[in-house]
Amino acid sequence: MTAEPLSDDLRTLYQEIILDHGKHPRNFRVVQHHTCKAQGNNPMCGDRVTVTAKVDGGAIADIAFEGKGCAISIASASMMTEALKGQPPETARKLADAVKDICTGKAASPEMEPHLEKLAALSGVRQFPVRVKCATLPWQALLSCLDNGPSATTEK
Amino acid sequence: MNAPVRAAGTKPKAFDVAQVRADFPILARQVHGKPLVYLDSAASAQKPQAVIDAISRTYGHEYANVHRGAYYLSEMATRAYEDAREKVRLFINAVSPSEVVFTKGATEAINLVAHSFGRAFIKAGDEIVLSAVEHHSNIVPWQLLRDATGCVLTVAPMEPDGSFNLEAFAAIIGPKTKLVAITHVSNVLGTILPVREIAALAHAAGAKVLLDGCQGIVHQPVDVQDLGCDFYVFSGHKLYGPTGIGVLWAKAALLDAMPPYQGGGDMIESVSFAKTTWAPAPAKFEAGTPPIVGAIGLGAAIDYLNSIDRAAANAHEEDLLRHAMTALAQVPGVKLIGTARHKAAVQSFVMEGAHPHDLATVLDRSGVCVRAGHHCAQPLMDLLGVSATTRASFAFYNTHAEVDALVAALRRAQEVLL
Ligand SMILES: Cc1ncc(COP(=O)(O)O)c(C=O)c1O
Repeated sequence: MTAEPLSDDLRTLYQEIILDHGKHPRNFRVVQHHTCKAQGNNPMCGDRVTVTAKVDGGAIADIAFEGKGCAISIASASMMTEALKGQPPETARKLADAVKDICTGKAASPEMEPHLEKLAALSGVRQFPVRVKCATLPWQALLSCLDNGPSATTEK
Repeated sequence: MNAPVRAAGTKPKAFDVAQVRADFPILARQVHGKPLVYLDSAASAQKPQAVIDAISRTYGHEYANVHRGAYYLSEMATRAYEDAREKVRLFINAVSPSEVVFTKGATEAINLVAHSFGRAFIKAGDEIVLSAVEHHSNIVPWQLLRDATGCVLTVAPMEPDGSFNLEAFAAIIGPKTKLVAITHVSNVLGTILPVREIAALAHAAGAKVLLDGCQGIVHQPVDVQDLGCDFYVFSGHKLYGPTGIGVLWAKAALLDAMPPYQGGGDMIESVSFAKTTWAPAPAKFEAGTPPIVGAIGLGAAIDYLNSIDRAAANAHEEDLLRHAMTALAQVPGVKLIGTARHKAAVQSFVMEGAHPHDLATVLDRSGVCVRAGHHCAQPLMDLLGVSATTRASFAFYNTHAEVDALVAALRRAQEVLL
């Protein structure tokens, strides 16, 4: 097989950090004594992510997820849980907006830009419109978790 | 089957792939700078120039509404529309063109049967038998009917290799079974179901049989009388025809007994506010302006299929499948899903450590189009214990080189994803 160079957009999408979190998701569990829980479904592909969190004293004391999905959705969920631990729900909501922005080719708000850190890697998905939902699915679940809704779906 | 054995260097006598490829203009294009390798024909097939031309000629020169105008153009369009019906009749060996109802697709055809036949003839406690491999379009209409009538849905099992268990099926059907609604060929596993035997068993129990022929009609000749079913449905777009057209074939006596599905123009004999009487089938089931050009395009697709050596085309597809199964099985970490003995040219697989969607994305950048996901068969995915598979499906316009391109792209994907 001739080894052609990998296209740049594939390299950007499947960065080391995405593959790492996709294969070794962090906080892949259920939060004990969680105060909220929500499921995100992507009816197009059957991917499923369940987010549980414990909100205590105005901050997300613990957050975790379980589910089945592609590297992008699992990595997104994993990095999300890392980024949000200890944050107030308000910041979590703003970060969800920022992730959505960078996944759809927009710039994140200047306020949130510095908070993105690793999550900036998700922006590679902007070259792959059909995969945007994979990256945003866990965040949809998060939002409905914070709203205490029972389930979120990216197909609304 | 005896596949023609080719000596090295001799011209393939049986089937000239290069020649049929030239009939499909899209196959010459590139995707992401790579030659298109289209391996998703089970989702929708590409169209030969003859179909594209027929559609364009109709809109450009021969178009008017059908069954309405007392003028030349409308007569012409009506004749073309009804000619298409006759082409379908011949293609599936129906007794009469009035047994051929045009719908917008297989999904609508199944909903039509569920709504019309179902509500008229299926009562609380009656059983409808489906199979474990059904497409959502042959599940959900029956669930709606169950919710409306209180009938019971039972599911015939599948063997781990994807083959159909006829004995288990025989044990499931009984005097309460009113309908067996089952696929002819699985869109996920490729399994060709033993539909003649299924129909015989169902009829012995007094049940009617609906076959979802979406995939079945593509890979083999279909003779509805020989199959012994009562309903046969398919979509035009998987049979190299346009979207927006499908067929419900049903035995004349059934169509006569069934009430209309939708009301509107074209399906009536006479209308008054006191009483409306129906036109006979097929008009009874074709309310409103039908997909005229879709039907004409489907007719052109059938003409095209009749113009090629279909037996050789089907043998070529089998050959592609065998090559793909062998080549895929040699890729480390790949597990084939669906290895029944009787199979059409559809192959699902999973790859260790790589989710189907990630695979499909990477493959796409190599120009290779495959389907990733649950293939509208979530109950089957649950049974298989996976959330999704990758599926390569083959048409007679595919080549061995394209199978090799798929395999090469998969190995590349492993470099990216693993
Ligand atoms: C086996 C089977 N049944 C039904 C359908 C539904 O066909 P359509 O969406 O054209 O109505 C499909 C196509 O996806 C199929 O493969």
